[in-house]
Amino acid sequence: MKQFAFAITLVFIVGGLFPMRAQPADDAQLEQRMQALTQQLRCLVCRNETLADSPADVAEDLRRQIREQMKAGKSDQEIIAFLHERYGDFVLYKPPVKSTTYLLWFGPFVLLIGGTFMLYQYLKQRREMIADKPLSAAERKRAEELLTKDIT
Amino acid sequence: MNRLLLIPLILFIVLVGFFFIGLRHDPNGELPSALLNKPAPAFQLPQLQDPTKTFSPKEMSGKVWLLNVWASWCEPCREEHPWLVEYSKSAKVPIYGFNWKDDRAAALRLLNENGNPYVLTVSDTDGRVAIDYGVTGAPETYVIDRQGVIRYKKALPLDQDTWEKEIVPLVKRLNQ
Repeated sequence: MKQFAFAITLVFIVGGLFPMRAQPADDAQLEQRMQALTQQLRCLVCRNETLADSPADVAEDLRRQIREQMKAGKSDQEIIAFLHERYGDFVLYKPPVKSTTYLLWFGPFVLLIGGTFMLYQYLKQRREMIADKPLSAAERKRAEELLTKDIT
Repeated sequence: MNRLLLIPLILFIVLVGFFFIGLRHDPNGELPSALLNKPAPAFQLPQLQDPTKTFSPKEMSGKVWLLNVWASWCEPCREEHPWLVEYSKSAKVPIYGFNWKDDRAAALRLLNENGNPYVLTVSDTDGRVAIDYGVTGAPETYVIDRQGVIRYKKALPLDQDTWEKEIVPLVKRLNQ
């Protein structure tokens, strides 16, 4: 039983090391480049998967096309442009900076600056609140009155 | 009462607002087509019925027409099919079929059994041209104007509402 469990574990470990992928052995370098590029691209069928990981039919077609373009000597930029032209911004995991994405790109920095400013204001206010301030003449007089007043 | 204490409450309400919008928003909804208002990509593909003949969108210049992406393996296309047959009878606009990554025999059988709404159908067996059109699934429908520009894309099955409220008025306007 123990040996069986060991064998099963081994199968999974070794299986994990060599994922089942259509991988032309002679072109490992190209395949690696294809993987790296498709990691940055989104599959349009299973929207939350990268083009590299998606098992969808369309993703397979796109990977084939990317391989062919790489073999034809196209640069990564050219291939991304090719896909962007057809599928729009959605295909890019890193969206381009343009008027509709300003909020996305710069929003966090605006929040950071705003938050820092608020924190600064708060700390300044707090320092003023806890600072020892000498009593004014009027306040001293009133305090004395309160303290000497007969409690009857 | 310290006004600052209200800030977490306000932030919480804003967050709930975002969640509410998010819940009502279909994450698999339609995407804006990158090809809208751009020339329909050129292609030359064999016809389904007679593969010795080809068809190219160039032949449609000067006409407003519909290109409908379909396949026999696609369930929503089967739902859409009877509607297409009916629309084709109204003869308001010619419908051309784009048979995507399909088996020829299965596609022909479907048309024989359920009627053929298409003037003609082209076969994109390996899905290469579909990539040029940014097809992500079937069915998809494109309205192409007289200059060969894509004016409309629907990445959902057509129904009565879409046909009457979106496609027919658009075709009418483009034909003027």
